[in-house]
Amino acid sequence: METRLRVDDVWKSWDGVPVLRGIDLSVASHQVVALIGASGSGKSTLLRCVNGLVSVDAGSIWLDESLDVTHERTNLDDVRRRVGIVFQSFNLFPHMSVLDNVTLGPRKVLHRSRDLAREAALTLLDRFGLADKANGYPDQLSGGQQQRVAIVRALAMEPELMLFDEITSALDPMLVGEVLDSVAELKATGMTIVMATHEMSFAREVADRVCFLSAGQILEQGTAEQVLTDPQERLTRDFLARFLR
Amino acid sequence: MLIGLGSLAAFVLVVGIVVSQLPGWHVVQDTFFNIDEFVSSFPQLISAFWLNIRIFIVAEVFILIVGIVVALARTLQAPIWLPIRVVATIYTDVFRGVPTILVILLLGFGIPALDLQGVPNSEVLWGTVALVLSYGAYVAEVFRAGLASVHPSQRMASRSLGLSSWQTNRHILLPQAVRNVVPPLLNDFISLQKDTALVSILGPIEILRRAQIDTSMSFNYTPYVAAAVIFIALTIPMTRFADWLQARTQKQRRAAATV
Ligand SMILES: Nc1ncnc2c1ncn2[C@@H]1O[C@H](COP(=O)(O)OP(=O)(O)O)[C@@H](O)[C@H]1O
Ligand SMILES: [Mg+2]
Repeated sequence: METRLRVDDVWKSWDGVPVLRGIDLSVASHQVVALIGASGSGKSTLLRCVNGLVSVDAGSIWLDESLDVTHERTNLDDVRRRVGIVFQSFNLFPHMSVLDNVTLGPRKVLHRSRDLAREAALTLLDRFGLADKANGYPDQLSGGQQQRVAIVRALAMEPELMLFDEITSALDPMLVGEVLDSVAELKATGMTIVMATHEMSFAREVADRVCFLSAGQILEQGTAEQVLTDPQERLTRDFLARFLR
Repeated sequence: MLIGLGSLAAFVLVVGIVVSQLPGWHVVQDTFFNIDEFVSSFPQLISAFWLNIRIFIVAEVFILIVGIVVALARTLQAPIWLPIRVVATIYTDVFRGVPTILVILLLGFGIPALDLQGVPNSEVLWGTVALVLSYGAYVAEVFRAGLASVHPSQRMASRSLGLSSWQTNRHILLPQAVRNVVPPLLNDFISLQKDTALVSILGPIEILRRAQIDTSMSFNYTPYVAAAVIFIALTIPMTRFADWLQARTQKQRRAAATV
């Protein structure tokens, strides 16, 4: 299987405080990898390094073994049109309709015609149960709907890799399910996914691999079964015990 | 509502009676509120005011352009843009610090005095340029505050889609910033509308100059009062409109905050 993403000994400090300390991670295409770990362990920073929102201090990050995100000559806009990201806080553009949110990238970055972009967007919105919201505005949607629009907005760029950063953490418990269903649906289409999450049972259901981050290092990784039910490290056990109560 | 109107009418009546009983009121009335003077100066004032309006409209368009460009220039982060950022910063600092009338004098008298080949020496032109430079600095700051009021996660989301920095400014940040700054911008334009009268110092016959000429011929100050009435007739509707917009924006924010 080809390697879609390879993170190679990545280090990052914020204001002199190390946040990522030698991260190695390899993700094959069609794989779903879950990042778990306490708040502040570096999950968001790692995901943001992958699409170049955050620059690394050392190490390299390869897309398809051919494009080095961390190389200073790499055009980050090229990276970002190949890597989709969805944030905890939706971050839809409030002054644009749902349809415009979704077609903006394809039109301005991929230079699709308005009609083509619109058609593709409507198909996607329909697939995620949002067809009737196309002309609505973000503030007219529930949190779950907004987050699904954010997923569709990222998908409309036809990325080869999707990053999800705790995308259900800001949602009412009632609305978590619909967003997780969307992720499961995405997995079914063969999308390669790296997701930071606190939804352990969901990780167990969809993740091919689970990585436990602690203080900027991947302390333990393996199949969801291994890491979540039979953790080898004491810190992993402590973390899971606190989480599953 | 009815009680309010009644009380207002009574108040005006009492003030009117008291004022008209004051000794010397007749002199005041004759000097400032002379009906004949008012009527005879009014048509010329109105046609002179047309010049103010033209200055105002042309200046406003260029002020908006200067304001947006300078505000965007000040957001440029990459090291290569440092010179542009420095120039933009110096511009806003200088022109916000110098009184508008001083800029008008400097450009309006200074540039024609240079007697440069091919450079027009119209006072109206240089007066307008001075207004643009002076107000452009204020409006740039208004836009800058507006851009800063858009949450940084919006830029992050836009850049994550692969939009360039310029596209992000153009499609994501500016439209949201503009919404936030419309009320303060309107206030700046209300003062601009009044400050078109400052151009009179250079000599063109705009409304204030016209009133001055009329006054000096008749030794009666009613033309000044008439000019004031004309200004007020334009600024009051603008002020009310700005207030209304501000109230509406606040209401929308409150509504958005409750969902
Ligand atoms: N932009 C930033 N500037 C400074 N410190 C940051 C920044 N982003 C994250 N950090 C710090 O890095 C550490 C890891 O944060 P983060 O990657 O968000 O962890 P997680 O997503 O696992 O909660 C935290 O201590 C956080 O305060
Ligand atoms: Mg995080």
